[in-house]
Amino acid sequence: MAYFDAASAEPITAAARTALLEALDDGWADPSRLHLEGRRARLMLDQARERVAGVLRCRADEIAFTSSGTQAVHLAVLGAAHLRSRRGPGHIVVSAVEHSSVLNAAAFAEQAGNTVTIAGVGADARVDVAGFTEAIRRDKTVLACLQSANHEVGTLQPVEEVAQECKAAGVPLLVDAAASAGREALPAGWSLLTASAHKWGGPPGVGVLAIRKAVRWRSPLPADGREAYRVPGFPNLPAIVSAAVALEAFEAGRDHAGVELRSLTSQIRDQLQQLVPDCVVHGDRALSLPHIVTFSCLYIDGEALVIELAKAGFSVSSGSACASDSQQPSHVLAAMGAITHGNVRVSLPRGTAHQDITAFIDVLPGIVSRLRGDGHTAARRSAAARAPASAADLPGPGTTTGGEQ
Amino acid sequence: MTPQQAGTPGHAPALRIDALGLKCPIPIIMLAERIGEVSVGHVVEVLADDPAAKADVPAWCGLKSHEFVGSAQLADVPGWALYVRRSY
Repeated sequence: MAYFDAASAEPITAAARTALLEALDDGWADPSRLHLEGRRARLMLDQARERVAGVLRCRADEIAFTSSGTQAVHLAVLGAAHLRSRRGPGHIVVSAVEHSSVLNAAAFAEQAGNTVTIAGVGADARVDVAGFTEAIRRDKTVLACLQSANHEVGTLQPVEEVAQECKAAGVPLLVDAAASAGREALPAGWSLLTASAHKWGGPPGVGVLAIRKAVRWRSPLPADGREAYRVPGFPNLPAIVSAAVALEAFEAGRDHAGVELRSLTSQIRDQLQQLVPDCVVHGDRALSLPHIVTFSCLYIDGEALVIELAKAGFSVSSGSACASDSQQPSHVLAAMGAITHGNVRVSLPRGTAHQDITAFIDVLPGIVSRLRGDGHTAARRSAAARAPASAADLPGPGTTTGGEQ
Repeated sequence: MTPQQAGTPGHAPALRIDALGLKCPIPIIMLAERIGEVSVGHVVEVLADDPAAKADVPAWCGLKSHEFVGSAQLADVPGWALYVRRSY
């Protein structure tokens, strides 16, 4: 069995597990209390904050812990939009390939009266710097949002170039670093940054919201004193301690793991295109996260492909509509103009064995070929079932939007 | 307004593929199997209501070097008419 879905959750590291168990024994008390147990918990929380700040290269008091990466993003976006609401509606710029938490938070802010511009990407999922920065309006834009790297295809975004433009315009930049934290050097120039511990081998249920000192931001939620009034609710201290240990360890092993994982994903990249006809590998080979390779096999149902790979012992994810809860195709693939069906994301956890990659490459062409046979049979059956209907019975086109994509 | 009036396909579609109610990849398989039935330069109309088809028909055209002419929202039912010109 081989787990190839590290971009959804990296397996918890041994160090993080040990830290979690120890912190359950020592860190259960309320860190805001002045008694012995509370002060011990406070100390652990402060140390965790220092460790995370060290990796993110910011001040400890700029770090707040949340219950997930998604919560961190929601607070970041709505805290910036909310602040503006007193001065009339604001404007938010997001890239088309942001994580759904960013797009959904922006849509939420839009319902509250803000306007949102979605900046497009190229076929490699990279935002066009000129297009992104042209969308920024000096007096109106309250927040620009650009991920450090794309979570589905691994493409690194030109954050530092965009950050310079944002700085010049006086607009805060939110960098969702969930896909890359602990894996790549974080770009400089962010105003707010979000990340999630289960992506770096920490436990689930810990997110990070970092807000630079000079950035204007106010919680959009009812007042609560936790995390310096940024995140409401009693913090999950054992998980936070474990997350901080995991991040330091993950960051320390970054360069070594990056070289190893990139060699494995490159092998998949090269061989797939030789061994599987009509297979498209997405994203950029060099300007991408080392552990992710995403591809689409034409004429195949993505859900069936994920299930067949699981039966063969490989755990992968898919951006195809049939494999999603919403039955919508991946907005990332659609924004790239890429094929959305037959899609597979392989994201390798650290320590993936070379033989697992070889086994994956051995098994995939046969599965694809078998599923293509099934697909052609199903298509012929569907076509035959509706053959008697005459063309005149079919609905015609209505309003024309020629050239729309 | 018809697509012809909007100037999208150069002439009426030579073939209509009804993929309404069918999920991807079936509409794309049907398109790939049947585009050879029209002459080079002629247009195939694909009717589909799976959102994936709306993204995948243009993407398939890009990969296979056929021309994606445009799309139109269907009037009576949810879905789209997607126009593809056979290039070779």
